[in-house]
Amino acid sequence: MRFSLPLLFALTILRIPAFAQMDFTGEWARVQDEDDTGDPRVGEFIGIPMSRQGLLRAEEWNASLYTLPEWQCRPHGAMYISRGPSQVRIWKEIDPVTRQLTAYHAEWLRSIDNPYYMDGRAQPSEYAAHTWGGFSTAEFVGEMLKITTTHLKEDYYRRNGVPSSDEATLTQYWIRRGDYLTWVTIAYDPIYLTEPMIRSSEYKLALNQQIPPYPCTVVEEVDRPDGVVPSYMPGQNPYLPEFGQKYQLPMEATLGGAATMYPELARKIEREKNAKKKVGGK
Amino acid sequence: MKRVCTVLLVAAGIALGQTGKIEIVPIRGHMYLLAGAGANITLSVGPDGVFMVDAGLPEMSDKVIAAVEQLSRDVAKQGQPVNSYPPPKPIRYLANTTISPEHTGGNVKIAEAGKTFTGGNVAIDLASGFANDDAAILATEKASLRMVEAKMPGNGQPTETYEKGIMKLSHFFNGEGIELLHMPNATTDGDSIVWFRGSDVIAAGDIFDMSSYPFIDVAKGGSIQGVLAALNKMDEMSEAEFRTEGGTLVIPGHGRICDLADLAYYRDMVTIIRDRVEWMMKKDMTLAQIQAARPTEDWDARYGRNPKWTPQQFVEAIYKGLSGGKK
Repeated sequence: MRFSLPLLFALTILRIPAFAQMDFTGEWARVQDEDDTGDPRVGEFIGIPMSRQGLLRAEEWNASLYTLPEWQCRPHGAMYISRGPSQVRIWKEIDPVTRQLTAYHAEWLRSIDNPYYMDGRAQPSEYAAHTWGGFSTAEFVGEMLKITTTHLKEDYYRRNGVPSSDEATLTQYWIRRGDYLTWVTIAYDPIYLTEPMIRSSEYKLALNQQIPPYPCTVVEEVDRPDGVVPSYMPGQNPYLPEFGQKYQLPMEATLGGAATMYPELARKIEREKNAKKKVGGK
Repeated sequence: MKRVCTVLLVAAGIALGQTGKIEIVPIRGHMYLLAGAGANITLSVGPDGVFMVDAGLPEMSDKVIAAVEQLSRDVAKQGQPVNSYPPPKPIRYLANTTISPEHTGGNVKIAEAGKTFTGGNVAIDLASGFANDDAAILATEKASLRMVEAKMPGNGQPTETYEKGIMKLSHFFNGEGIELLHMPNATTDGDSIVWFRGSDVIAAGDIFDMSSYPFIDVAKGGSIQGVLAALNKMDEMSEAEFRTEGGTLVIPGHGRICDLADLAYYRDMVTIIRDRVEWMMKKDMTLAQIQAARPTEDWDARYGRNPKWTPQQFVEAIYKGLSGGKK
């Protein structure tokens, strides 16, 4: 869990109406912190409360999947993008007559536009299309902005095959302290998570930043017969142990699950390592 | 014959789609999704009348007809003076993507509520009582024969059928070409998808089901190979608007409106499960052993919740398709 208790407290009690709303507009650069997961290894599932079904899918995921024409130009969806390495632009929509704030928007280097509506619009039908950004409404909670997102496409929590389902929803908080923006995401997924996953990322205001276009053309990346979908057969992914071997972590930790979010697991691993050393020493 | 009827009755409960509350959801332009009547119903509503894809369950027909009539009235008012607007046009065509009662159960009532284009030789047939002017029902010849086997009343059976790969309407309808494309040996041997070319909307029927693994009726000519061929065909026909999103919209047999990405996820899943079953068969595992190994487990929490079409049944259908029927 990468979320402090005081912050959790603040999230729950600071529901006071804002008379001076915080402004989040601007160009923000990602602050690469110690738990950045922009470029994870295969089998690096630690810290994700994956369900068994989620783990099975992640274990059998083959990166070559993204060479299929359908996936070459996919953007990062809402479940991952704020954790990725790219910069973000935030802007707001103002009603020209009432001058009321009607929406915030956020767009990263490789994402679609993510509108967060504040004009009181109704929730779409359960039969409406799902998108990478989903349908989001936002409201101020004190000086924080709380964003609630539904209607998401199937996506990933980490870009190494950890799936999120199209039944998942997302609650996000923006917390600004001067030139820093803390972006908190809480994912709820009845299919691929066993409990809510809370993560936070840091951004720093970058006044000279530009987000360039990100053109993408679908090409034949791999010469393969039609109809092939790359995937490892059950139990046949040879790369799964590599992450654990590199960092000397047991598979119990690398393969994720709710227990891997908590410090008790780290203490247990340390105890077991020490016990092994003692046995080896004798 | 009794067996055929029994299978059709079982198929009626195949999908999880809730029934009772009809909901109409705009797709784009003059295209709408009518949900809650059994299978999804795709509607083209405009100056030429209504083109319906699938009819829903028989007990929902009155609600479906009322909802379509109300929608037609609302559409007819669009762009008209507030005190004067033309009457809505009737249901002209009803296309059946497959044969199960969730798709065909409302054929009789809905066709009766509609009115086809008549004139010429048809007028003579009408006068002689040889034909009626109910809405035309379109389907493959094989689907039509299956409906006859299942004792579908005569005025609920397809009036216009096709045997080869494609049926095109002879003229634009609501400003666009509409095509029925035969998807051989998919959920059955008589499946069609319906392509609204101008709107860029595909009504996929049960080949693509967002509430379940694809139903495969092996006894009626369905096969995993046909389902995958059909999913890949629709994938090939689809174009994303931007970043694998939007563009061609695909209406599944049940569940929400989809696009290329949703279709590709579903195609990937079905392909991977097929590959796993095939891999296990090559290891000489029996059907029971493969079912016990649960090759669908990763997706069961999402697509395996239909008690009438379980993951075990889906695996069995794949196994039969790959083994040529061997037990």
